[in-house]
Amino acid sequence: MLRFLLNRLLQSVVLLLGVSVIGFALMHLAPGGPMALYTLNPTVTAQDIERVKVLFGLDQPVYVQYLKWAGGMFTGNWGYSFFGGQQVREIVLDRLPATLELMGTSLLLALVIGVAIGVVSAVRHNSIVDYVSAVAAMIALSLPTFWFGLLAIYLFAQTLHWLPAGGTASTSGGDLFDRLRHLVLPVAVLSFVLVAQWSRYTRSSLLDILGQDYIRTARAKGLRPSRVLLNHALRAALAPLTTLAGLQLPLLVGGALVTETVFSWPGMGLLFVNALGMRDYPVLMAILMVGAFVVVLGNLLADVVVALVDPRVKLEHG
Amino acid sequence: MVDAAASEAALPSPARRSSALRRFFRHRLAAIGMFVIAVLAIGAAGAPWLAPHDPDEIDISLRYAPPLTPGHILGSDDLGRDVLTRLLYAGQVSLSVGAAAMLVTVIVGFAVGASAAYHGGWINVVLMRLTDVMLCFPSVFLLLFVAAFVTPSLASIALMIGLTCWMEIARIVYAQILVLKSSDFIAAARMVGAPSWRIIVRQILPNTLAPIFVAATLNMANAILLESYISYLGYGIQPPAASWGNMLTNAQSDFQVDPMLAILPGLAITLAVTSFNLIGDGLRDALDPRMRERAAGAPP
Repeated sequence: MLRFLLNRLLQSVVLLLGVSVIGFALMHLAPGGPMALYTLNPTVTAQDIERVKVLFGLDQPVYVQYLKWAGGMFTGNWGYSFFGGQQVREIVLDRLPATLELMGTSLLLALVIGVAIGVVSAVRHNSIVDYVSAVAAMIALSLPTFWFGLLAIYLFAQTLHWLPAGGTASTSGGDLFDRLRHLVLPVAVLSFVLVAQWSRYTRSSLLDILGQDYIRTARAKGLRPSRVLLNHALRAALAPLTTLAGLQLPLLVGGALVTETVFSWPGMGLLFVNALGMRDYPVLMAILMVGAFVVVLGNLLADVVVALVDPRVKLEHG
Repeated sequence: MVDAAASEAALPSPARRSSALRRFFRHRLAAIGMFVIAVLAIGAAGAPWLAPHDPDEIDISLRYAPPLTPGHILGSDDLGRDVLTRLLYAGQVSLSVGAAAMLVTVIVGFAVGASAAYHGGWINVVLMRLTDVMLCFPSVFLLLFVAAFVTPSLASIALMIGLTCWMEIARIVYAQILVLKSSDFIAAARMVGAPSWRIIVRQILPNTLAPIFVAATLNMANAILLESYISYLGYGIQPPAASWGNMLTNAQSDFQVDPMLAILPGLAITLAVTSFNLIGDGLRDALDPRMRERAAGAPP
């Protein structure tokens, strides 16, 4: 088991290297490259461009740039923003708590509600409850998050004046109640989609299991239905659900980006979209790496859990 | 055994196929989804004949006309363009981007997942590591990043969405085949000397079809959502061409001035995406042999 863990840990490091290479390559293959802001601006002279290039180290060979940048990434030197020259690490890490607050609250809420709804609609397959929750989940899953957020702002903030339209706290005061009020709409919008996904996944995974012969055997033996459900079915359904939890992390991070831009939530997502408009590539790269880091950790965790609960998965040591 | 039922399903007889079709249409929600998609598709394809106006026809004297204005059933936008007309033309763009992106997703996803799982060895390692690396990027980040640099066109957007979304299908196919590979009926097929391509096509493909179909419809839905978001932010389909997403570019201010202008395109997206999700669910119920067994025998 220890060997498997170490192996997976090593793979995660390899993953992060792959991520950085792809990200870095993307940036440099893009038309205009990291200098797009200057080269596409007619008022900037060729001499200026050369000066900026030397200043940012962009005159060196690509692999030197990459090594310097990757080394910096590990030692915490993430470079400087193209705008204002502030440390990228400061800019990005400043925004991380807000994003984690939004994501964590939404994920927790969604997990509890989503799995509960999923189990009920799998057990009461084809009942009214199943149909209603299926339709509700699918509509939730089908709403464009940004549009749903705008709709929520229009309804609850602008028309009814119940809740604030954006931000993390009022400018006047920032007590706990005020912060919670600001959290309600973004969390509701973000977790709405997550609840839908979790209930769908739980339902379909559990239904798969409930159709298996060994469940019929367990029933035929006369086991109590609750015991069949919890000990036999739900446990087996856990493995694919864990994998999906890992798979869902990028969606969660992406959903947070969308939600943040709509609610002016000062997290990494909002920062990313702002930096995108200005082609501020050190900031973009740092956010991509932080996002990928979160996802790599999540997938590592999911794989370990799957290996623990599902004996059918062979642990292949590369 | 499950294996017996599964390998039986691997040989689709006409009777079996038609009963799957019947089950699909008996699934009322899926049928509703099919109906809505048919209406949207006909509306989009027939836009040049059905639309009451030209999509770029500007009428400054009729800005923000409310719905039910004579000549403009669904009103007009900030430039006095007919909203119904633009919705129909936007449907062309949004639906074809979704379909093209879904095709790219499925082809790349199945190819990667199947070859990795079936062949194992270094092919497995390389392909699944690539999948893992790609999966680490939240697709919205990756898509926005690329979209900001690439000159947007219908084809480039579909390709970008497809190439940032194939990983989930690859993983589903991979996991499915890994379990199938160690099951008895595959071992039996290998034992009687069936070549590997035959095992992939005749035994494995039919048994992975159901999850692929379901994932494909979900991907279609997802592609439409992604397109709408990047178009909303201004990195997707460029005006004056309309897509359901870029019609929402000014939604935030439109809600103050003319709420219907912000609501209708969002409703169109939601309708289309919901329908694809409903179809996916219906397909799943119709195609999964184990579900069929349940429906026939075991109590719910």
